[in-house]
Amino acid sequence: MTAVLSVGLNHFLVLSALLFAIGLLTVATRRNAVAILMGVELILNAAALNFVAFSNYVEGAVGGQVFAVFIIVMAAAEAAIALAIVLAIFRHFRTIDSNETATLNN
Amino acid sequence: MTLDNIASMKYFAPELILSIGILAILTVDLIVGKPDRKRSSLLAMSTLVLALLATLVTSDGVSRGLFGGLIARDPFTDFFKLLFIATTAFVGVAALRSRDTIEYQPGEYQDKESGEFYALTLTAAIGMMLMAAATDLLMAFLSLELVSILSYILAGFKRRDRKSSEASLKYVIYGGVASGVMLYGMSLLYGLAGSTSLSAIHAIKDPPLLTLIAAITLCFAGFGYKIASVPFHMWCPDVYEGAPTPVTAFLSVGPKAAGFALLIRFFHGAIPADVRSVPLILGLIAAATMTLGNLAAINQTNIKRLLAYSSIAHAGYILLGLVAGNDDGQRAILLYLVTYLFMNLGAFLVVMAMSDAGLGEELSEYRGLGKRAAFPALVMAICLFSLTGLPPFAGFFGKFYLFAALLSRGGTFNTALALIGILNSAVSLYYYARILRAMYFEKPTNEAPILEASLHRWNMGIMAAVTMGLWLAWTPLVDFAGASIVQWYPHATQVASLH
Repeated sequence: MTAVLSVGLNHFLVLSALLFAIGLLTVATRRNAVAILMGVELILNAAALNFVAFSNYVEGAVGGQVFAVFIIVMAAAEAAIALAIVLAIFRHFRTIDSNETATLNN
Repeated sequence: MTLDNIASMKYFAPELILSIGILAILTVDLIVGKPDRKRSSLLAMSTLVLALLATLVTSDGVSRGLFGGLIARDPFTDFFKLLFIATTAFVGVAALRSRDTIEYQPGEYQDKESGEFYALTLTAAIGMMLMAAATDLLMAFLSLELVSILSYILAGFKRRDRKSSEASLKYVIYGGVASGVMLYGMSLLYGLAGSTSLSAIHAIKDPPLLTLIAAITLCFAGFGYKIASVPFHMWCPDVYEGAPTPVTAFLSVGPKAAGFALLIRFFHGAIPADVRSVPLILGLIAAATMTLGNLAAINQTNIKRLLAYSSIAHAGYILLGLVAGNDDGQRAILLYLVTYLFMNLGAFLVVMAMSDAGLGEELSEYRGLGKRAAFPALVMAICLFSLTGLPPFAGFFGKFYLFAALLSRGGTFNTALALIGILNSAVSLYYYARILRAMYFEKPTNEAPILEASLHRWNMGIMAAVTMGLWLAWTPLVDFAGASIVQWYPHATQVASLH
């Protein structure tokens, strides 16, 4: 019974794969710029979770945990820049819907 | 050999000098209180010259790993350091006279952001140098993000311009997704190798092939986005059109070259040679990239958009060198990036000079430019001939080496790819000729001559002269590029003994 109940690497991998998929889906379907950025955060967290999970199973290695910390810091930096850009967009367009801000022709 | 943190400092001097220069630019603006773009650009240029000297002085042809093997200092990084310093310097000088990097407010002239522009471009230069030096997934990710975040800000530099803000939003969203997908791929690679160092990935024994290919493909999302290859190219035309022209020129050369540097290191150093499907995937991406770039360019009416699609097509050509996968292919990529720097920057400099003289960015505005502004039109013609790949311009030699490297590998697939490349060059002649026809054979709506700033004239002259005369120095350049492909990877000896 203990083998069934214990949490192994696979559980983490499945969870992170789900997070990754939800993140991609959010990015693909949402039209609100802030919601898209939330999807990006989900993708980044999926990767960070993978790093921490793998790191637990590599003997004596902290590389994965260090990587996860860097991902968190970088996500914060990117969010700061992205939200500043969203603010600039709102000033021009009075909306942050990514359909209505598309004026550059395709 | 791998150096510890203290010993690494000497070989990290170019980046350190750039960091000091960036702080100096910002601090001087704060202390003096009155921003002045001449002063900021002078500081930036002297920083770049010092960084160039530091690169030359500390470069001795020996390959070293710095900071315990996170980044490398080898002839390969030195080659790219010179390339990035040159790009940043040319763009920085051009931006000095560009209206696009000045903030205008109704009724008054404001120059308060000039220092920031130079600080941002120099920081991006550091990021690109680190991208070319990264030998560890962590450094690859961090340097790529450094360049990306700086690029987002630069693309939106004209804060009061709708198009600029929109370009910046598109860039940040595409960029965020691409780097997230790349990170997920990197986490899978870490799981397979148990380490983030590129050589550990190279040394993976009997990898589960499907997982490895999936991880590599996910990683390619990040690199492919930086070089604007299909299917990660969608941001490129919008960002190039909306961003201030000096920034567009910078993005089309610098980060693209840095992306290729990272790609070379990743695919030559980290991917085990027995993964046969990698050249196949890369080859298909290259073919799709150049075909889509060239076909989409045909219908463009905005000159910056047209050049954006042209730069996508060129990313496809350069990928061919990676498909070849040998030293010849790598050398051909380095050579092409040098020729691309001059011909592409030259074309964008003409656009920049013209828009500063009051001309719009639509192709129709370029009618009769041969009469109205003879010299810029001539420079544009030279750069376009070179981008097409006609002899004796630099682009011809660059393309010749790329196709030759691919053809020398033999095989139906490689030959077919080279043929697609040559066909694509013929297609590209069509839309480049549209610009030439507008400039020389169509009647202008307005006959008034256009006077470009003398600074732009000098800058364009350099680009045109190098594009035309590079064949004179071709042999030393080939030798230099050939000597620059020697690469250093952490624990390279261990990897060798494992195989």
